Amino acid sequence: MNLTLRIWRQSGPQDKGRMVTYPVDDVSPDMSFLEMLDVLNERLILAGEEPVAFDHDCREGICGMCGLMINGDAHGPQRGTTACQLHMRQFKDGETIDIEPWRARAFPVIKDLVVNRNAFDKIIAAGGYITAPTGSAPEAHAAPVAKANADAAFESAACIGCGACVAACPNGSGMLFTAAKVTQLSLLPQGQPERYTRVIGMVDAHDEAGFGGCTNAGECTAVCPKGIPLNTIGRLNRDYLTATAKRGDTPGS
Amino acid sequence: MAVTGILLVLFLVAHMLGNLKVFTGETSFDHYAHWLRDIGKPLLPGVWFLWILRTALVVAVLGHIWAATVLAVRARAARPVRYAHRKKVQGSYAARTMRWGGVIILLFVIYHLLDLTTGTLNPVGDASNPYGNVVADFAPQRWYVTLFYTLAIVAVGFHLRHGVFSALRSLGQQTPRGERRARTAALVFAVVLCVGYLVVPFAVLTGLVS
Repeated sequence: MNLTLRIWRQSGPQDKGRMVTYPVDDVSPDMSFLEMLDVLNERLILAGEEPVAFDHDCREGICGMCGLMINGDAHGPQRGTTACQLHMRQFKDGETIDIEPWRARAFPVIKDLVVNRNAFDKIIAAGGYITAPTGSAPEAHAAPVAKANADAAFESAACIGCGACVAACPNGSGMLFTAAKVTQLSLLPQGQPERYTRVIGMVDAHDEAGFGGCTNAGECTAVCPKGIPLNTIGRLNRDYLTATAKRGDTPGS
Repeated sequence: MAVTGILLVLFLVAHMLGNLKVFTGETSFDHYAHWLRDIGKPLLPGVWFLWILRTALVVAVLGHIWAATVLAVRARAARPVRYAHRKKVQGSYAARTMRWGGVIILLFVIYHLLDLTTGTLNPVGDASNPYGNVVADFAPQRWYVTLFYTLAIVAVGFHLRHGVFSALRSLGQQTPRGERRARTAALVFAVVLCVGYLVVPFAVLTGLVS
């Protein structure tokens, strides 16, 4: 396959950045999208040019490091797939592919296609954990969990924190990520003690980080490589409403 | 957004039911219109109840616009650098057009008040004869008025299709099955409301009501 790539190049956080066109020939349809970028980078290095910086780690679709806006789709055209698991057979020979970094105020570009996702860490630090010492895995019958709750919590826990939801959201909101992290704990017995302080803290941290507000447009769930459902945000809303009505958990009340 | 929206939806339902009284004849419709000004009469003097209702609606509309503006401003600030290649929102057409749809509906409401409440833009504009005003408004030679009303009502329908679902979600609708129900309910409600509002101008246009 012969492709034309238009890639966002930005030498650093202060640089203005621009789209640069690169032709890439002899691409195998069996290559992953990142392998195709590796091929481009090797050629750039041989030609004495600066290679394109992009995030990647496991290349198995489970670490959440890779994240590219490919032709306006977060993680590319294939649903439920990270950019590293996307194969070039999804594209046509001779196609022009636009590759951009995630665009959000809370995700400033570090270089080229690499963005700083520390804002997600701040949301987690505001409550995405439990304080009970859990020790080793407990005996399975000690704390019964309803099957439906266990399934929904597991579904939310599948979130890899890649940031595709923010990248795709027309409002630049990180609500699907926040909701997934709230839900995986609020549905399980271990998450109960901090259930209502957690949701307030995490939503506040989300808003402070500069993400937009959710309007239930549903764009996030369409691009989520882990298929986190939109109703997860409803679970967060329900907890948030209960938390604002409940004052018992707030210090000083 | 959700709470003010629900208040306005309740008004839309009551307004639609009132409109449909046009099919019960001129006397009945005019009687209903005059009754609106007299609700709570022995307790409240004159048109007080109507003004209380109007104040509540204005507060709801302003609250709705304020919340929408905050969301829009936050959304703009959240993405300072735009995408060079941006696809249309994959979600529904209704979800994509909430903001501009809302602006169109606001402009329509202003026109509608000048037309059938104050009578300024109505060809008859006789406050004592609301039935006559409606019939004159949607006369076949004024087809462009009917067209504008139709477009505005369809815009309201799209706004409700996403708005009703979104309001339920904001107020804590949280299960996947509930989401399917909420989306269906929003669609059915939007269609019913559109039809309920549009039968009046079209009945006048076709001469069913004259």
